[in-house]
Amino acid sequence: MLPEQDQRISETDVPVKTREQLRKYLAGKEITAEQFDQILNRVINEYQNTRIEACEAVGVIAAQSIGEPGTQMTMRTFHYAGVAEINVTLGLPRLIEIMDARKEPSTPTMTIFLEPEYGNDRDKAREVSWQIEAAPLHEFGDITTDMENMQVVIHLNVAVCDKRKIQPSAILEIAPRKIRERRHYRDFEFEVDEKAAYIVFMPKDRESYQNLFQLAEHVRNVIVQGIDDIERVVVRKESGEYILYTEGSNIKDTFEVEGVDTTRTRTNNISEISQVLGIEAARNAIIHEALSTLGEQGILVDVRHIMLVADMMCMEGEVKQIGRHGIAGEKESVLSRAAFEVTVNHLLDAAVANEVDELSGVTENVIVGQPIQLGTGDVKLIAKPMN
Amino acid sequence: MVPDHQIMTEEEAAGLLSQYSISNEQLPKMYHDDPAVKTIGAKPGDVIRIIRNSHTAGRAESYRLVVRRPKK
Repeated sequence: MLPEQDQRISETDVPVKTREQLRKYLAGKEITAEQFDQILNRVINEYQNTRIEACEAVGVIAAQSIGEPGTQMTMRTFHYAGVAEINVTLGLPRLIEIMDARKEPSTPTMTIFLEPEYGNDRDKAREVSWQIEAAPLHEFGDITTDMENMQVVIHLNVAVCDKRKIQPSAILEIAPRKIRERRHYRDFEFEVDEKAAYIVFMPKDRESYQNLFQLAEHVRNVIVQGIDDIERVVVRKESGEYILYTEGSNIKDTFEVEGVDTTRTRTNNISEISQVLGIEAARNAIIHEALSTLGEQGILVDVRHIMLVADMMCMEGEVKQIGRHGIAGEKESVLSRAAFEVTVNHLLDAAVANEVDELSGVTENVIVGQPIQLGTGDVKLIAKPMN
Repeated sequence: MVPDHQIMTEEEAAGLLSQYSISNEQLPKMYHDDPAVKTIGAKPGDVIRIIRNSHTAGRAESYRLVVRRPKK
């Protein structure tokens, strides 16, 4: 391909992807200038023809294109994704979850990618997983409830601490603090012996055994290593690198762990993404989640429909659900809202508030029997009289 | 996961609005406390150009107006 031809491809008004495909196709092929012109013109023509036409009802097309394959989906699946034994909601329930913009998915999970240095080394990947997986105190030593002296004694197992790369002194410091802060239990005193790596907890009120057992329960289960919301981490090797799958999601704290590749790590909790990474990242996450949920069921929906839905959901700066509390419920027109759900309430409220309907949308005009602003209905013919 | 965000100059924003003959209220919005907005230091009223990696076009530009988060 000649440099000037390359230049001409760059100047054509077609998407970047089309230009790249054209370059790739023409690379190394011998064509005459005439043939090149012909190819370029046909590509441009084809592109112009495939563009969506003005006044096309894209929303309805998207709704049908997602809705029909949706009827083919499994109604209820409790699927164990692969060998990772991590339970993830899939199929129709998951799709509904995405469209409803739930604050928390029913099975939050993360896929954590690691920096090359950690991702290629099994032991290092394991170390990162320990930084993330929430580990309660009882995993680090022996806990005995001494009923005679009314105290709970913990002897840390130094070998376990070494293996899990945490200093015994750090655990001794974290445990009482976390019981106060995270578990909101304050009626206790404690004594630490750093050398012997042991810690004694005593309830403030030593009259009742109930307090002792309550304290013992808090001490057993306090999270001393890892991120509180992440209950389980599974390390798996996929396409040559180690990837961590988690049960539970906390992307903000995970990003601060050393060795985590923040550019590729993702969670299925869309509202968390919108809070931590912003609305554009949430839009991308909606597209990715919807597409992979549909794809997993062997349903192929064109990405354009999903992109349209994601764009609508993220239009106002936060993720809005599709439904009466989101896009459909916040429409300007009374008739349009009334046509969707809870008709009488909307009409009544509108009457009380003296609302006016401008009749500018589609639904309103269908109801009153006027031409709608779609397709040929949007085209006004203006005729100039001769002279 | 986060695409590139750039603050548009006033001339660029005015050019954009006249190209589509719309007012800036008609642009998609994003809140002033959005993490991506905070990173580039945009203020309410600024127009942000977002360069997305599109599934269909390869690279697509999109625009958002920075607005204050409405109080609940």
